[in-house]
Parts: sequence; C-alpha cells; structure tokens
Amino acid sequence: MNRRVRLLMVLAGGAGLAALLVAACLDMPGFGGDRHPYGDRAVHESLARRTANTIASVNFDQRAFDTLGEMTILFGAVLGTVVLLRQTRDERRAAPRPEDVAPPVRRYALAVLPVAVLTGLYVIAHGQLSPGGGFQGGVVAATALHLLYLGADYRALERIRPVGLYEVGDALAASAYLVLGLAGVLAGTAFLANTLLPYGTFNTLTSGGTVPLLNAAIGMEVACAVVVLLARFLDQAVEIEEESGT
Amino acid sequence: MSVLPYLVAVWIFLVGAHGLATSRNLIHAVGCLAVCQSGTYVLLLAVGYREGATAPVYADLEPGSRPVVDPVVQALALTDVVVGATVTALLLALVMQIAKRHGTVDPDELSELRG
Amino acid sequence: MKHLLPLVVAVPLLGAALLVAGGRRLPRVVAETVGCAVAAGTAALALLLLANSSPPMVEWVGGWTPENGRSVGIVLVGDGPGLGLAALASLLTVAALAYSWHYFDEPPRRHTGSFPALVLLFQAGMCGFAVAGDLFNAFVFFELMSVVAYALTGHRVEEAKAVQGALTFGVVTSLGAYAMLMGIALLYARTGELAMAHIGRGLDRHGGPDALVLAAFVLVLTGLLVKAAAVPFHFWLPDAHAVAPTPVCMLLSGVMVELGAYGVWRVHDSVFSGPGGVPEADLERVLVVLGSLTAVIGAVMCWYQRHVKRLLAYSTVAHTGLFLVGIGILTPQADDGIALYVLGHAGVKAALFACTGILLDRYGTVDEHALYGRARELRGVAVLFLVGALALGGLPPFGTALGKAVTEEAVGGPLTVLYVAVSAITAGAVLRVAARVFLGLGPQPGETPSPAYETTGAGEEPETRHRLGRVPGTMTAVPALLLAGALAVGVTPGFAAGVSRAVNEAGSGGAVTPAHWTPPGVLLGLVSTALAAGLATLAVTRPALLAEPGWAAPLRRLQSGHIGDYVAWTLLGTVLLGVLALPGVLGA
Repeated sequence: MNRRVRLLMVLAGGAGLAALLVAACLDMPGFGGDRHPYGDRAVHESLARRTANTIASVNFDQRAFDTLGEMTILFGAVLGTVVLLRQTRDERRAAPRPEDVAPPVRRYALAVLPVAVLTGLYVIAHGQLSPGGGFQGGVVAATALHLLYLGADYRALERIRPVGLYEVGDALAASAYLVLGLAGVLAGTAFLANTLLPYGTFNTLTSGGTVPLLNAAIGMEVACAVVVLLARFLDQAVEIEEESGT
Repeated sequence: MSVLPYLVAVWIFLVGAHGLATSRNLIHAVGCLAVCQSGTYVLLLAVGYREGATAPVYADLEPGSRPVVDPVVQALALTDVVVGATVTALLLALVMQIAKRHGTVDPDELSELRG
Repeated sequence: MKHLLPLVVAVPLLGAALLVAGGRRLPRVVAETVGCAVAAGTAALALLLLANSSPPMVEWVGGWTPENGRSVGIVLVGDGPGLGLAALASLLTVAALAYSWHYFDEPPRRHTGSFPALVLLFQAGMCGFAVAGDLFNAFVFFELMSVVAYALTGHRVEEAKAVQGALTFGVVTSLGAYAMLMGIALLYARTGELAMAHIGRGLDRHGGPDALVLAAFVLVLTGLLVKAAAVPFHFWLPDAHAVAPTPVCMLLSGVMVELGAYGVWRVHDSVFSGPGGVPEADLERVLVVLGSLTAVIGAVMCWYQRHVKRLLAYSTVAHTGLFLVGIGILTPQADDGIALYVLGHAGVKAALFACTGILLDRYGTVDEHALYGRARELRGVAVLFLVGALALGGLPPFGTALGKAVTEEAVGGPLTVLYVAVSAITAGAVLRVAARVFLGLGPQPGETPSPAYETTGAGEEPETRHRLGRVPGTMTAVPALLLAGALAVGVTPGFAAGVSRAVNEAGSGGAVTPAHWTPPGVLLGLVSTALAAGLATLAVTRPALLAEPGWAAPLRRLQSGHIGDYVAWTLLGTVLLGVLALPGVLGA
C-alpha cells in the first residue's frame, strides 16, 4: 500500500473516530463535577485505615491486586529486555574505553549523586504519607546511580552496579510482594488483605498496616528493575559489538 | 463546566495514531505510541477532577476541610504510566534488534513478512 | 475455597520470580523442571477451583467484601468459563513447557531460567485475565499477557523476521489496549465504578444508550478484537505466529487469541447487556458481520499459504471468526457450542503447531513446496498431523466436531454453511500439506509460479541447537496427548453437559438442554471432513485447477507487513465497529 492510500485511510478512520469520541465527550459529566462515588469511598476507607496518602491506600491496599499486575508487567518487561538484548553468537563484548569528562560536570555529578539517591529513598519511605511512593522513588534512586556514568565513565558505573545482584534483588522484591499477599490467605482472610498488622498512628512512618511494606517491596523492585533495564540498553550502546567489526 | 480537557485527550490520542501510521522511523513510531497513551493519562485525570479540589493527601490537610480530587483515577494513571514505560522499553529493544538484523528502521524497507 | 482464586495468578508469578532469582546458578534441567512443576501445580489449582465453581465464586481481593453493595476493592469471578479458560491456559502452558524441554539453542548466558519464567508470567497473565471481574484489572492482565507475548515472540533475536513480527504484534496490540483504556475511562466517567457488574448497573440507571456508551463499547471492543484478531484488526497475527518459537505459537493460537473472544463475551455479558448498554441486535450485527468476514478472509488466506506456520495462523484467524459469530448469536446453546469448540480447537491447533515445529527443527524449513515428500520417514508425526487435520475439519467424535455441531444447530441457516465451508477449507489446506509433505503425493510443486508477494517459509533456522536427527520423545508425546485431549472433549460422557451447565450458570442462565451429539451434527461434521479431503485431493492431484485466482492477489497485498498499514486498518476498524453498532443507539 503506498503512502498516499495509507494517509487517506488514516484520515478517514481518524475522522470517523474523532466524530464518535467528540460526541461521547459531549455526553460526559462536565469537567470538575462533584460526583465521584468510588473516589469518596476510597478516601473514607483510606482514613479508616490511617493511611494519609489516599493514592497509596488505593495502590497498596484497596487495589493492591492491580499493583501486583503492574509490578509484574515491569518485571516481565525487564526479563523480556534481558532476553531480547542478549549477546548473540555473532556479537562480542568490547571493554568500554575510559572517557574524559569535563571537571565541572564530574564535580557536579559526584556532588549530586548521594543527594539524589537519598531523595529516592526518602520518596519511597514516605510513600504512604506524602505524594510519591515505591514507583516514583524507585525510579529516582535507580537513575541517580547513573549520574556516575555521566560524571565518570561506564567502568565506574559497572563497579557499583553488579547487574546480576540487581536482577536477584528485582526477583526477590517481587517475591516479597507475593509472599505478603499470600500471608493473608494463610491467615484465613484473603489474598493481599491488610488485616495482619496494626494500622498504627495516623501520619507516621509505620501507619497503614501492610501498606508501607508493600510500598517498600515495590520501591526495591522498581529501583532494581530500572537499573537492569538501563544496563541492557547501555550494554548495547557501549559494550556489545558485531563480530565483523565496526 | 466544560468539555475542553476531554477533547484535548481525544486530540492527543488521534494525533498519536496518525503519527504512528505515517511514521518513517520505527523509533519515532514507538514514540507516537507513547503519545497515544498520553491521551489516556489526560482523559483519566480529567475525569477525576473536582472543581476547587486539592490532592487527596492528608499529611497536612484536615480530613473534610477541603474537597479532594478522585484518588482512584490517579492510581489508575500511575499504573498506566508504568505500563507505558515498560511497553516502550520492550518495543525499543525490538527496534534495536530490527536495526541490527535488517540494517534499517524505516518501516517502508522491511519486507520479510508479506502475503 | 474462593480465597484461593487469586492464587491462579500468584503461584505462577512466584514461580517466575524464584526462577529469575535462582536462574543464575540453576542448571538448565532444574530450571525447566521447576517451570513445568509450577505450571502443572497451577493447572491443578485451576481444575480444583473449577470443580467447585458451581455456583460461581466471587472473591473480593484483600477482603474488601461490599457493604451495602459498594466496595473499593477488586472483584474476581470464578465461574465455569473463566476458570475453564484458566485451566485450559495452564494445561497448554504445561504442554508448551514439556515440548520445549531442552529445546532452545542456548538460553541467554547465565539466564537459564528466563524462558520458563517468561512462559510462567504469560500463564499468570492469561489466568488473571480469565478470572478478572473488574474492568481495569482486566486491562492490567491484558497488558501483562501482551507484554510477555511480545518478548516471547521475538525470542529468536537472530532472526530478522522474528523481531519484525514481534514489533508489529507489540505496536498493534498496544494501540488496541490504549483504546480499551480510553473506553474504560469513559465508562468510569459515566458510572464512577470499575467492577464490570457495577458499571453495567450504573449504565442502566442512567437510561438508554447514548454516544458515550457507543464510544466506550467501540473502544473496549477494539482492544479485545485486536487480541482476538478479528478482521480488520487481524494483520498482526500471521506475522507474529509465523515467527514465534513453536511452543509459544501453541499458546498464542491455542488460547491467547481465544481469550480476546472470551473478553468480548464477558464484557458484553456484565457491562453492556442491560437496558443502558448496547442493544442485542447491535451486538449481534457487529459480531456476526465481523466474525463472518474474519472467517472467510482467514480461510481464503489459509488456503493460499505455503509457509506452514502462517497457514496454521490463518486457520486460527478463520476459527476465531467462527467463535465470534457463535458468541454474537447470543443464545445459550451457541455459547455452549463455542465453549466446546474452543476447548477442542486448542488441543488440535497446538498439536498441529507442535508437529510443524518438528519439521522446522529437522529440515530447517516450513515451506510446503520445499518439504515435498521429505518427511516420509516420520511415520508417527505423519499420523498425528493427519489426525489433527481431520479433527480441525470437524471429524466426529473430536471435541471440535461436537462444538461445531452444537453451534451450527444454534446459528442455523446460511451461517451453518459458513461453519462447514470454513472448517472444510482450513482443514483441506492442512490435509494438502500433510499429503505433500508426509506422503509425497501428487506432482512435485514447481518453484516458479508462486507470486513474488508471499512469505515462503524457506530459509528458516531450526529452533533447536542442531537439526534434529532423532525426534525427542517429548516432542511427539505432547501433540499426541493434546489430540487425545481434544478427543476426550468429544467423547467423555457427561463432559459436554457439564460445560453447558457451567456456561449457563455464568451467563444469562435459564433451563437449557445440555449440549450433546445429534445425528445432523454428526452428519455435518462428516460432510465438512469429506469436503476437506476432497479439496486436498484436488489440490494435490490437479494443482492447476485450484491455483491462486487473480482476485486473491489484492487480498494478499493487504497483508503488507507494514506497521503503518495495520494501524490505519485498526482506525478504520473502530469506525466500522461504530457504524455497525450505531442503529440501536440512534433508535434509543
């Protein structure tokens, strides 16, 4: 099919879909409306279980099963990337070359690195209290490590980043989430039931029952997964070469 | 009361689909797919908005003192973001292998699977 | 018992996580054994739950049982169809893992557990989707099975075709999934709920259907029909199934595509079936029109393939079309028939893929013409392939024949002709392959007259380390067992009645005569098998008579392998869905 025909098809399909969706938008409740039954119930239940951040309560308590699926998608995608970006028979590994980095960049990166890692850990730890949580903090912590790549070079990054350990950490964190869920079944309530631990004092680090634990498991899973994911792409860019020689 | 935010979401979705269909570069195409998905973020968050409301975080907010936006769509949007990021990563890994095996990332030049 | 329902997801996930954690140290044989054991354990759990699924189980994960009919949790539905498909997916996963025992060339360095782990994640995704009672949760597990399926499809990264097919699969399915999410957001805006049954009630409270309901219906169905590979959303399927490793094809064709059709049934039944949803006449029009188109196009394209895996992939397209028609008729009897048909088809199609995998790994090609007469030595495989082909065509007493017969009786009239013709053509194509490849019948097909615009199947790399000398026992035992399973669906006393009861308990309910063999049904099965045999004989003895006519060439050109084309078709497909469903909404 040539480009012209394809464009015409896209325009026809897009116009039809646009007409349908615009008509649907006109039937929507007005923007900013006051009717949110599920949302109101979620806020009520979150406060009842002393979780200050309602979104954390939705993610790790009320709809924790969705989060399990979400975490598994990340886990599966990382495993898939490991498989897809493996070193094939016609490829070899070359030692990464040391690179010169401008001194101000180096100083800045090394100064910011501990701050960024700490910020990531803080965001994970306060997931049930303030905006943020395992997903957000995990990404911050994982990318923070890569400041070493910018500030020094790939070899420096590789020294503090044994990918194998992060892979194991990824899998163990995912297992931890599952085991916390299974504990509910073993206790005779339900899978991922938040009834095992006391709900604690509102607005403190230990409040919310199992929410902080699940949140921490997610934080570790995401941090490890992002490190592994970036490592696979960086390997392709820096280390893996085709055998015929490039 | 307005429908503009919903229309913006629809526009983002459609413009992403257009880019995806007419793309000349697979990396660009994967980007367009992410644009389509951004439409779903905007729609979800627009659906959950409440006039004059604040974030549903009670760390420094007296419960009941102010209306809050719908926390459920925010959690859904978070899930959506994670899904989107991982799908993008996986598809980019495939594009990388296509570039190696086919020597091109132009979809017009991929002709292995036909008929 | 119902608290165990989430474990059909959790157990394979835990198995996959442990395989990855230990995979760096585990020897390959241990990793593969653990994978099989976990998959089999999950299958046993699903079967146990299935045995206790009358009346259907409803489980609120996290113990969020509704108060005053309202809950903030996620609901899982453990009824016959859901748990039945979870059990089917689990059993096929065991079969795929057993088939791939020591199969692949070399697992990625220090990642021996990666393939079984990915397959277990795939299993978890399919089981989670099958038991989901919450629309957003269904989307999450839909995405999980999709993401893992892309990675599994592209597993052989050294093959140019494999990575291209996997990307096409990924882009088209993801676009469909995002359309589905837009639809979920629209439904949430209207009803403020996410559990399917609650959304349905919310729509009914609001009154008759309007543009919002229509748009949500179209968007949600787009996602599901992309997965089910309905025309015009089907283009990704042959490209992906032709290139995926054989054990993965068994899962993709055997159960994943059917889960898309199941999703259509589930979503209609719980969300759109009330007065505020989509009128029955409209759903029937949508599914019967798209299903018939899918069946016809799939059958025609199947007949004109010489790449054996692509041929089987198109036959899956054709049969999914038949499933959609059966679901679209909206009668309990047709639902029973489709349930049996899906069970039988899963065993037969997976067995056929398994046999094709043996050809690929022994001869390094899946081109029907290049393989002419070469597989005479594989007597056992030949028998399995022939039996599979006949069962595909609906030879009694296989489960496919029973399902087909029950559905045919329910649909009646011209649609019966469609069922007979489509199963005859697809089975005829497979029989033709069997006659040429295993028996060396007819003249040797020439090399030149094939049109340039096709994927021949020559130059494929075997998936095993070396070309197979002796076929391993697991690779023939698995298809034999799968065919035995398909036979058991048809002959086990009381099985069909049990399926009927489970489907009717889950659906609209009501007293229905259980599905059983009838003389006309047996006759129609024999007719379609005989037609298939006749077509195959004609094709092998007089190739010129059934050569590709001019009108098939444009159809072939539509399958261009170009992502942009497929996306354009997806957009047009949504419009087609909208137009087909429009009359009821205008009339409301």
